[in-house]
Amino acid sequence: MRQSKSIVIVAVGAGALAIFPLVLPPYYAVLMIPFFGYSIALLGFNLLFGYGGLLSFGHAMFIGFGAYGAAIMTGILGVKQFEIVLLAIVLGSMVVSLPIGLLCVRYVGIFFGMLTLAFGMLFHSFLFKFYHLTGGDSGMRIVRTKILGLDLSGYNKIELLAGPFYYYCLALLLVAGFIMWRIVHSPFGLHLQAIRDNMRKAEYLGVHIRAVRLAAFIISAGFGALGGAVLGFRIGLADPELVYWPQSGQLVFMAVLGGFSNFFGPIVGAFVFTLLQDQLQSLTQYWRFVLGAILAVLVIAWPGGLAALGENLARRLWRTLAVR
Amino acid sequence: MSAFANILIGGVFHAAVLFLVAAGLQLVFGVQKIINLACGSFYALGAYFGITSLAFAAQLGIPGWMMLPILLLSGLVLGFIGPPIERLLRPIYGRDESLHLLLTFALVLMFEDVIRFVWGPNPRSVDSGYLVYGTISFGDFAVPVYNFLVIAAAIMVAAALGTFLQRTNYGRLLRATAENRGMAEALGVDVRRMYATVFTAGVVLGTTGGALIVPTAAASLDMAIEFVIQAFAVVVIGGLGSMRGALIGALIVGLIGAVSIATYPELEILATYAIVISVLLLRPFGLFGRRPA
Repeated sequence: MRQSKSIVIVAVGAGALAIFPLVLPPYYAVLMIPFFGYSIALLGFNLLFGYGGLLSFGHAMFIGFGAYGAAIMTGILGVKQFEIVLLAIVLGSMVVSLPIGLLCVRYVGIFFGMLTLAFGMLFHSFLFKFYHLTGGDSGMRIVRTKILGLDLSGYNKIELLAGPFYYYCLALLLVAGFIMWRIVHSPFGLHLQAIRDNMRKAEYLGVHIRAVRLAAFIISAGFGALGGAVLGFRIGLADPELVYWPQSGQLVFMAVLGGFSNFFGPIVGAFVFTLLQDQLQSLTQYWRFVLGAILAVLVIAWPGGLAALGENLARRLWRTLAVR
Repeated sequence: MSAFANILIGGVFHAAVLFLVAAGLQLVFGVQKIINLACGSFYALGAYFGITSLAFAAQLGIPGWMMLPILLLSGLVLGFIGPPIERLLRPIYGRDESLHLLLTFALVLMFEDVIRFVWGPNPRSVDSGYLVYGTISFGDFAVPVYNFLVIAAAIMVAAALGTFLQRTNYGRLLRATAENRGMAEALGVDVRRMYATVFTAGVVLGTTGGALIVPTAAASLDMAIEFVIQAFAVVVIGGLGSMRGALIGALIVGLIGAVSIATYPELEILATYAIVISVLLLRPFGLFGRRPA
């Protein structure tokens, strides 16, 4: 039942997103590229937060791994296939996150959040200050590559982003989503949730707490890097802005807005956030205040987010129909 | 030798300010069990408001040597934002820690725009007044007396806080409430009121710390989160909830910062967090922290 409902949600969502660039001006299609990037990163973020109960405040670091990894692969090593770039940065990010994870997963709650924030800041200050290595505040260029072996240099940037790259990202999100769905519904995913709900009990039952958490951390880093590569590709630049703490905050915000206790919640959150931020930024320069106020209200009154609201409405609708 | 003294005094000055903010963080965490990401925002708010207060005082023709009292006062005045913010936090007491982080993060976002709205996006600073109290020269370099006054003020605050918590009746009630809220409440402590008071005290420590750095450094929008990172390093090194820990942690972080700025500025945050990480590995609950029961 649950699975079939999810398939319907995915089909409707993917269908709507596939029609999106056909009916709306290219501006909105290009606006959706960050949505795809953030959604992929959020799949990983929510493995830690929603399923593992570990709130990471430094997830922008993984986005940075992806963006800077793509810059190094395309700009310095001259790799021409985007798929090879993606594979390499996902693996690379997972390797680099291993020692960080070893340290972070010893803690939960506040300590985990602040430690990840600290590592994120550390990485950002490294990017920012070691100018000769990373280009400092001007970043590193990400060179356009072949996608699926196709040479796309004939397209101009908007055409590329609103056309082929849009569908490429949609496919990427579907694949990443499918993998994450399998992960959270595997025994490993259940272990992670058991640890979140009752660590002591899970330990008695023979769950290796640190190992499971570490694995979640590393998987999360891989998804983060994948999302980061998409974000970096859009601007054509690996920019230290991508790694700065507001990015991490933004990911947290999206997850809470959409609802972190639902598999699809963060993706809904990313979608609504992207449109909301776009509209707010054109309305007022004080959009952070509005977002902060929304976040405060959500946390106090509505921790379930939009997904819980949607579920509620659907249930009510169902009941009304059933009564008739 | 004189270079060493220079680094030492610079580091202790930074530590004095760090201690004030970290003490606020510790107090709020100790009693309310809430980690306040917005403590850096209070610090930033204090700095901006301090600049405005100094400009206002100059307009009124108040003499320059009143700078320190004016800054302290402006930090105190900002305490009025404490009770309403504490009211906002009330629904999440005792709930999951990530909700605390989320809600105080929402405050960080809002404060950043409040500051942007009132003072504009560009860094602000006061251009004169730093040397109003004169300088003390140590051989070939001179240190403004103001730095020593701030260090003295921080030591006084530390002593006052210690005496208050250990020796006064209200301090004992506070510690009892921190230990066991339910029992304290059952014995007739007005916990709600106490929470509002403690939070306001935390705010005042933060805003005062911010106001005091104004003569030495510019106020900018980024200072809030950069300071949170350092204040958190202090708290982790010292141990969450411990005042003595805040003092020692502030000294460690302040001195490391001063040494690395003098030798290799790129490594400032790196050096601080190298210490944080080693403390976490060797003593997971900090130098003076207690293992949670």
